[in-house]
Amino acid sequence: MIITSRFFNRSELIGFIALAAILFVILPLSLDVFRLNLVAKYLTYAFVAIGLVLCWGYGGILSLGQGVFFGLGGYCMAMFLKLEASSVENTKIQSTPGIPDFMDWNQITSLPLFWQPFHSLTFTIAAIILVPGLFALIIGTAMFKRRVGGTYFAIITQAVAAILTILIVGQQGYTGGINGMTDLRTLKGWDIRPDHAKIVLYFVEVVLLFACIGIAQFIRLTKLGRILVAMREQEDRVRFSGYSVANFKIFAFCMAAIFAAIGGAMFALNVGFMSPSFVGIVPSIEMVIYTAVGGRMSIFGAVWGSLLVNFAKTGLSESFPQLWLFGLGALFIAVVLAFPNGLSGIWADYVQPRIDRLLASRKSKSGGWADNSVADGAPAE
Amino acid sequence: MFGDYSIGDLGSIFVMQGFAGLILFSVYVLMALGLAIIFGQMGVINMAHGEFMILGAYVTWMTSNVFQSYLPGLFSGYFFLAMILAFFASGALGMLVEWALIRHLYKRPLDTLLATWGLSLILQQTYRSVFGAREVGVELPQWMLGSLKVTDSIEVPINGVFVMCLTVLITVMVAYVLYKSRWGRQVRAVVQNRIMAGAVGINTEKVDRYTFGLGCGIAGVAGSAFTMIGSTGPTSGQLYIVDTFLVVVFGGAASLLGTIASAFSISQTQSTLEFFMSGSMAKVLTLLAVVGILMLRPQGLFALKVRK
Repeated sequence: MIITSRFFNRSELIGFIALAAILFVILPLSLDVFRLNLVAKYLTYAFVAIGLVLCWGYGGILSLGQGVFFGLGGYCMAMFLKLEASSVENTKIQSTPGIPDFMDWNQITSLPLFWQPFHSLTFTIAAIILVPGLFALIIGTAMFKRRVGGTYFAIITQAVAAILTILIVGQQGYTGGINGMTDLRTLKGWDIRPDHAKIVLYFVEVVLLFACIGIAQFIRLTKLGRILVAMREQEDRVRFSGYSVANFKIFAFCMAAIFAAIGGAMFALNVGFMSPSFVGIVPSIEMVIYTAVGGRMSIFGAVWGSLLVNFAKTGLSESFPQLWLFGLGALFIAVVLAFPNGLSGIWADYVQPRIDRLLASRKSKSGGWADNSVADGAPAE
Repeated sequence: MFGDYSIGDLGSIFVMQGFAGLILFSVYVLMALGLAIIFGQMGVINMAHGEFMILGAYVTWMTSNVFQSYLPGLFSGYFFLAMILAFFASGALGMLVEWALIRHLYKRPLDTLLATWGLSLILQQTYRSVFGAREVGVELPQWMLGSLKVTDSIEVPINGVFVMCLTVLITVMVAYVLYKSRWGRQVRAVVQNRIMAGAVGINTEKVDRYTFGLGCGIAGVAGSAFTMIGSTGPTSGQLYIVDTFLVVVFGGAASLLGTIASAFSISQTQSTLEFFMSGSMAKVLTLLAVVGILMLRPQGLFALKVRK
């Protein structure tokens, strides 16, 4: 309890317990497997959103290319799964058995060199972390060491997202093109498609999500997190105080990239395919939307934002396809104009104080906190 | 890759591809001009810029339909009226948006990106509801069809020449307005030092509103020109927005000359590469080159030297 009380303040602890209860107990008990799988899909975006809280909310670096890292992680996972799904027996009917079907359709007769290591699960897991991490390191170093930031950084990451999408779509033979990698079947011989596998994968994902929340919370509360905030507010002063601003930014950006990649890998496992439509500019901006709606300063808010916006999206676009885009656009403008800190900001500014006051007045009636209730301005009746 | 072509062939290829590049250049310049004013001068990231362009395209399409049904005699000249209407429609919408949305966000430039993205979603859905999801094409008047034969192997389409002339004209007009007129001086003063500009009696709010309107209006004209070389759908604007931002950033955000130079180099590189490899690879290489150069020169090709 001592550790948690240092790790979370009281309202965060309540938020943590509520989230854990909902994700671990309430949702699995109340939803059927199809809906639970949808939740799993939405939660993959929560990984991205947590990364964005660190890098955008705390570090002040808006990346519009998180889809790139989501995609890199997802494609690494999908390549492993695809190779397993295209064993020689499974692909007997192809002109070259043993390679993924889309390669066969594109007249490629042997497995390309960069696909070879993805036969190994260990390599794949390492790649899911390292490939996006290194990529973010390169971009981050190139940009932040030269003090490129703000809008320029956002636009360049956007261009990177465009480049990667065009590349994936253009190189059909190596990547599956616009259709992506479909028909993923087993993970080390364990079928990922039936219902019980979906449930297991859901729990694995939630555990990973809480691990990421823990890491993010740890970063936030250490000195590192305070430097990030200081940097966002007064970059020059932090620099003049002797900190290497660029290195801190690179770190935050790389962490965000790795979180996004883990989300992408879980996406490939949970949904059973990966395609360029989750890589480009539009999905990248949507991921920023989830973070903004949930609250760019709140790790839990980011998770809620991802869940709620996606639920709204599915619900509304099923019944009112026309209204959905209007609704999303309006929501977005409203959040930016009126509630820059998103749902968690509304919670902290409007709901939390009322609850506190309510609790305080209860306690004052029972006699313990009389002084406080006066200080809070409770009505004198 | 050059082996299969003779020197003469290669010459024609470069001229023809160069010309195709010039048309792309014109569209880039027209879109980027508006964006250079809004992003470069005002610092607002307008993700809905493509939608303002599409509004211009739809206005042109409606004008051409009206002329076809009611004034067939004047059809050959509808385009000039359509362009003016497109300018005013997009400009008016731009001023409305500035009043309702942008002016609250001048201190938070990254948030303008998010808000205008929301706006672009709303506009796209509006277009889809009003004009339908299908792409529409504009019928060109007779004199714009066909092509000019320069030599035996080189032909240039007339509508392309027209779009280019239009681009030159509009660029000159914008440069004149920004650098020679009284109002342009006010705009640049507000951009460089808002407080001081206000202190010497410039109505900065009004300048902001009209600047934003002008940028959006030019986007409308770009959309109008765009109808002559391609068809228009609710989401066409999105295809161009990243390219356009890159053009502006690559050129150096506050420099009109830089915008033109970068639009030229990007469009020429892309259309020349397109002949030798697939379109997508040409695009990837072009964008990679631009991003690479931007990493070396973050302020763009022509940076405005100001104290920060």
